[in-house]
Amino acid sequence: MKDLDYKVIVGLEIHVHLATRTKMFCGCELAYGQEPNSRVCPVCLGMPGSLPVMNRQAVEHSILTAMALHCRITPHTKWDRKSYYYPDLPKNYQISQYDLPIGQNGFIEIPGQGGQVKRIRILRAHLEEDAGKNTHTFGAFSAIDLNRAGSPLLEIVTEPDLESPAEVRALAQELQRIVRYLGVSEADMQKGHMRFEPNINLHITRDGQVFKTPITEVKNLNSFRSIERSVAYEIERQLDEFIETGKTLQMGNKKTFGWDDANQCTVLQREKEEAHDYRYFPEPDLVPVEVSPQWMESIGSRLCELPLVRQQRFVQQYGMSDYDAGVLTADRATAEFFEQSVRAGGQAKRVCNLLTQAGLKLANEKGRTVAELGISAANLARLAQMADSGQTSATAAVAIFEAMTQSDSGPEAIAAERNLIQKSDAGEIESLVDAVIAANPQAVEDWREGGKKSAKSRGFLLGQVIQKSKGQANPKIVSEILDRKK
Amino acid sequence: MLELTARQLRDKIARREIRSVEAVEAVCGQIDRAEATVGAYLSLDREGAMEAAQRVDAKIAAGQTVGLLAGVPMAVKDNMCRQGAATTCGSKILENFRSPYDAHVIERLNAAGAVILGKTNLDEFAMGSSTENSGLKRTINPWDPTRVPGGSSGGSAAAVASRMCFAALGSDTGGSIRQPASLCGVVGLKPTYGRVSRYGLVAYGSSLDQIGMLTRDVADTAMVLQAIAGHDDRDSTCVREERAPIPDYSAKLDEPVTGLRIAVVPHLNAGAEPQVMAAVNRAIDVYRSLGATVVEVEMPHLDYAIACYYVIATAEASSNLSRYDGVHYGHRSRRADEFAQVYNLSRAEGFGAEVKRRIMLGTYALSSGYYDAYYLKALKVRNLIRRDFSQVFETADCILMPVSPTTAFRLGEKTADPLQMYLADIYTIAANLVGIPGISVPCGFDEKNLPIGLQILSGPFTEDKLLRIARMFEKNSGLPVRVPSVCEGL
Repeated sequence: MKDLDYKVIVGLEIHVHLATRTKMFCGCELAYGQEPNSRVCPVCLGMPGSLPVMNRQAVEHSILTAMALHCRITPHTKWDRKSYYYPDLPKNYQISQYDLPIGQNGFIEIPGQGGQVKRIRILRAHLEEDAGKNTHTFGAFSAIDLNRAGSPLLEIVTEPDLESPAEVRALAQELQRIVRYLGVSEADMQKGHMRFEPNINLHITRDGQVFKTPITEVKNLNSFRSIERSVAYEIERQLDEFIETGKTLQMGNKKTFGWDDANQCTVLQREKEEAHDYRYFPEPDLVPVEVSPQWMESIGSRLCELPLVRQQRFVQQYGMSDYDAGVLTADRATAEFFEQSVRAGGQAKRVCNLLTQAGLKLANEKGRTVAELGISAANLARLAQMADSGQTSATAAVAIFEAMTQSDSGPEAIAAERNLIQKSDAGEIESLVDAVIAANPQAVEDWREGGKKSAKSRGFLLGQVIQKSKGQANPKIVSEILDRKK
Repeated sequence: MLELTARQLRDKIARREIRSVEAVEAVCGQIDRAEATVGAYLSLDREGAMEAAQRVDAKIAAGQTVGLLAGVPMAVKDNMCRQGAATTCGSKILENFRSPYDAHVIERLNAAGAVILGKTNLDEFAMGSSTENSGLKRTINPWDPTRVPGGSSGGSAAAVASRMCFAALGSDTGGSIRQPASLCGVVGLKPTYGRVSRYGLVAYGSSLDQIGMLTRDVADTAMVLQAIAGHDDRDSTCVREERAPIPDYSAKLDEPVTGLRIAVVPHLNAGAEPQVMAAVNRAIDVYRSLGATVVEVEMPHLDYAIACYYVIATAEASSNLSRYDGVHYGHRSRRADEFAQVYNLSRAEGFGAEVKRRIMLGTYALSSGYYDAYYLKALKVRNLIRRDFSQVFETADCILMPVSPTTAFRLGEKTADPLQMYLADIYTIAANLVGIPGISVPCGFDEKNLPIGLQILSGPFTEDKLLRIARMFEKNSGLPVRVPSVCEGL
């Protein structure tokens, strides 16, 4: 029965917590994991008589993000009140943007199959304040923590252009990479900096007729895994439901689900989309926002090459694998550090290897980016050159890389200090080779005779030479000289 | 001493002729005599006032410089937050609420050395024209205890009129300073929207609310305005001083405006009582005698001001008052035993009938399907009214009209008919819709010895001119000095 012909239709709503110094409309510092209700003031508590004041930095972060999502920036925008009663919303209205979102009609590019890029349209991006948090672990009472209330949130809404759980996940991850690149959000999933709400339904073709299943919205997903799995789960559930009931999309039969992570399934929250009337109207306590061309320009100067574009360019320009390019462009600082090192004279492949082999491991251990390890791009370039020219072995280069994170010395000094310079002097190496040949007649004979013992004997002789050089002889040159003496 | 104006008192205190504590004692004495009858105050802070007065006296004795209002006992309408003090808004829902912070104007009063005596009664959340909508207290008109003091700043007006303070702050959303000032025979100014920070003023209609003052005379108004006007970063709608500089309101106050051009709107005046109109016309004659030219103008959209106002004000109010829910602060119903009941019962018990009426009106006006027909249309009408005014101000310095169509009406006279009560605001509402300053100046008495007020309106941020125009009349009106009954024998 499940071999129905169907198409998956998903649109995504994403809430991104902006990394501003203070809240959206008051001077309280944004803080995570603090004592409940310790980061509050009369404004974010909604005390009588208090008034909101717009956080300019939050608006700039939002405009920058909207620009990166290729949105049209609304030149005259404003604030609106969205009314609903809930204990975590102290004013019982949320200051948001209704008909004039800060950005409209953009798109985001996500990695698709086979290195292709897929474009997902963005309907709108608007700025609003977050609510607090209710907890229900106090017996008969519920507790409200308003530390988060009033935090700036950027809500991004895509068109229903996503066609698989993998694409939904890819968009979520790409957006995370973008907001981190722009420095507008830490986008730490664990801290709830990004929350996702997919809207899902299927277009099922049966007997030449298209049936649309009722739309479901899954609320408040905060991990990439749960987004992907909840969409996958919904696809199966909707298929089953359709087969069982034949129900199709109608006005008012949208359902809202939550994600049960323990049981890996969606759970019905509201059967019918409540006829919610938010009674939007312009916020009279705030003045409209004029986004002047000058302001746009100064915000736009913070734009950078987007991560996916950069990743593709790395593959093209430096001939690295898509995987390596993805690793190097995962964060902006690493990508820029890589390119600085290349510009300083490091060969791209070598720099890439050093960063992916030594750099990222160390950075992960220290919880920093590669750019923050304390190595200058110039020193990394010189280390890459040394490895390329055979002055050090690849293994030694990794050791030198590690040493550079703890020392102010350059790679040459470290190599010299630790005897990690490879000897490439042919005369010196030849005398070592001669000595080894003289000392191991049996092996030399096996080697020269050919046959099954030959390769092994050659390896043994090579190893002896390297050992005699205390590991410093360049294996390539040893090899050449040895082969000449066969 | 109680016959002094605030400015005279301030000068005498500064010259060490009177000590501030003596002024506080005198006012407290009058409160002891009259407050039981008048009921102007919701809370009194005699101890705090005495300490503040002592601090001012000590500073003056030490030869230190003191502020503009140093030592002057003042009252504040109880919808402005004062740290640690009750801020009830005349509502049961905030009966036991204490504000954790000071409103901007309270900070300004403190900085100017004013002595805050207490907080005055008002219509609940400033919604009303008689102070009868207070959920906590009844205030009467000092000129006739059977009559209303006007509203919503009725407590402030009654306190100033009965000498229970030297000046008071009020708030004006549709006439709530000017109308009670008129009915109680004191001066009341609503400044331009944006001139005084609203930070800490409990919101009723955010785009209309403005803090102002009720005083004994125009010079006092100029002095208090000087102390509280100016930009505040905490109120985004408060205008920056680069855009609208603050002049010295008192410096040229006594200089008449030369070549004064006055506009009157004849078709508006049909609804006013004949005695009110007669007093206003006598005032216009006074200006004529001072050389002013008077022109009659048409303001076709003013007829829609009340309808427009009651859509916008109630829409904003329905949203502003949604925060009083029994969850975070204020009254919480004891009967609530589940989540939704906390909201429903707390609000049902905490709010009075007029507040509920306006919340329902505003909620309706903002509801989906009605928004365009009501709220959006009201915004358009507001723009048309704004245009009417700017056209008049192109050729006239000010517009004169009554403040209230009637003098003080009897307690209970209009409570049964909210629409009649709304019509009491007919002359005052437009200034709030447009955001311009308006002042009420006493201009006579009716046959029942009830005060009549003259309203003067002028263009945005022209308070200096407005005060000078008002002062011209005040000095040349030739009105007999009368005192309210509660002040007899002082």
